[in-house]
Amino acid sequence: MELQGRTWKFGSDVDTDAIIPARYLNTSDPAELAKHCMEDADPAFPEKVKPGEIIVAGKNFGCGSSREHAPIAIKAAGISCIIAKTFARIFYRNAFNIGLPIFEAPEAAEEINEGDEVAVDAGTGIITNKTTGKTYQATPVPLFMQQIIASGGLINYVAERVNKECTK
Amino acid sequence: MPMTITEKILANHAGKEHVVPGELINARVDFVLANDITAPVAIREFEKIGVADVFDRERVTLVPDHFTPNKDIKSAEQALLVKNFSRQYGLTNYFEIGRMGIEHCLLPEQGLVGPGDLVIGADSHTCTYGGLGAFSTGVGSTDLAAAMALGETWLKVPESIKFEFTGELQPWVSGKDLILYTIGDIGVDGALYRSMEFTGPAIENLSIESRLTMCNMAIEAGAKNGIVAPDAITRAYVEGRCKRPYQFYQSDPDASYVKVYQYDVSKIEPQVAIPHLPENSRPVGAAGNVEIDQVVIGSCTNGRMEDLRVAAKLLQGKKVHKNVRMVIFPGTQEIYLQALREGLIEIFVMAGGAVSTPTCGPCLGGHMGILAKGERAVATTNRNFVGRMGHPESEVYLANPAVAAASAILGRIAAPGEVE
Ligand code: SF4
Repeated sequence: MELQGRTWKFGSDVDTDAIIPARYLNTSDPAELAKHCMEDADPAFPEKVKPGEIIVAGKNFGCGSSREHAPIAIKAAGISCIIAKTFARIFYRNAFNIGLPIFEAPEAAEEINEGDEVAVDAGTGIITNKTTGKTYQATPVPLFMQQIIASGGLINYVAERVNKECTK
Repeated sequence: MPMTITEKILANHAGKEHVVPGELINARVDFVLANDITAPVAIREFEKIGVADVFDRERVTLVPDHFTPNKDIKSAEQALLVKNFSRQYGLTNYFEIGRMGIEHCLLPEQGLVGPGDLVIGADSHTCTYGGLGAFSTGVGSTDLAAAMALGETWLKVPESIKFEFTGELQPWVSGKDLILYTIGDIGVDGALYRSMEFTGPAIENLSIESRLTMCNMAIEAGAKNGIVAPDAITRAYVEGRCKRPYQFYQSDPDASYVKVYQYDVSKIEPQVAIPHLPENSRPVGAAGNVEIDQVVIGSCTNGRMEDLRVAAKLLQGKKVHKNVRMVIFPGTQEIYLQALREGLIEIFVMAGGAVSTPTCGPCLGGHMGILAKGERAVATTNRNFVGRMGHPESEVYLANPAVAAASAILGRIAAPGEVE
């Protein structure tokens, strides 16, 4: 799967309160959450983001709360993937579980500028900055997470397992 | 093969003799939890799996603590979903308002989690129970839904970092200061994906409350879990309280750590973490002259008896500064009642403070004490991110209950010694 879009750049330690402030968590409706995506980091973000665009950030992206509303809001806002130096642990797992592609690529995260046109090969983790022509390799995804992706998310993965056990 | 306490608990729950850092395991969980924000998403995902029941109705609990007592209609609907699910699946533990508490104060108090347990919760501060010698960690709602169905979860065995604390605590210094100091030293991603093991003579003398506070904030350094080896202090707390058998694990003396930090606590003063990251900690005296509008004492970090007693000690016979509103949130109904019995509630009210029923309330900018643009709060909570307690241009300063109480009295960030 090839993901391609213009990039939005954020700094380090972008926390889940910046991604989706708790004041909007009295709902879990993805479309509602998308309206406030990244609002406390950049109030105009929900207005300006377009489908397919890519977030590029520094270290520890998604630190703070375990709220799955954070990757849900980003996905529902139309962001195709996130490239960061590192991700916070719970956010990392959540993003995979809900099917939001994320890539750890410190050099790419450092060098890509806001507004660059970037393409990512989700299978190989190869990131191409079409604006500068430079390519990068993202850190490989652990095998079991690849299996989760192959099943189409954690719930499908578990459902497959449960059904197998029932028919045994 | 020598192992750390975290590795031993994980090995045991994966049915293995040994585990090593980096290894992926499928582990049995002893207890799982979610709250009124994360449970609705977990319930939705759980129902997609197509199982008839949760893995064990005594070991799943959904605590309505974030936007409760319901702050608006949407919150009420989320809480109702939690209640209906709990009924429908016959969950043994459901905590209605009036019997409820903040999840991470409530579960240890009610003996639902104990030493040696493996607990996952759809709340990042699930790591709190490491204070009892459990492995506990926060996950998202989908991970939780899978665990609710299977009673198992996938985990990567974390590398461990050892933090050794020696020396005598200075007056008014508690677990909160040790953890703020530590995060200030290593940074908000200083323990990313790793286990933080707190050891040393100063930890051995630390109360259960302070240990829970320290492990509560392990996530604030990016850690997977925080943990303190259980001992006689732990035993005194869990005996007669824990509803399930528990097990004490200790790290082997020759267990391996990726890093070891050593701190002399006698050099650590009461800390304040200035906006907007918990790593911005410094001695309270170095915070400068910061006038404040609000003081919040409570939360899953510092809403326990020890915390309320310390605050009351300073507030007794004093008044909250005329420019400040002080709100106090006991962690659970039992803590509330005990504080009432000890006369602490009267001290808070006489001082001009507002005492609330247990709730997360202002800690996450939910309700019951939201900050306006430009307002500043001193809070005993665990996060001072942008917009955490209200307007994106408000500010939160993190501190222990003694600093919070002193600041409430003086109307600015103050050291406890200034009002003693
Ligand atoms: S008190 Fe604050 S940190 Fe603790 S569970 Fe509630 S919202 Fe989260």
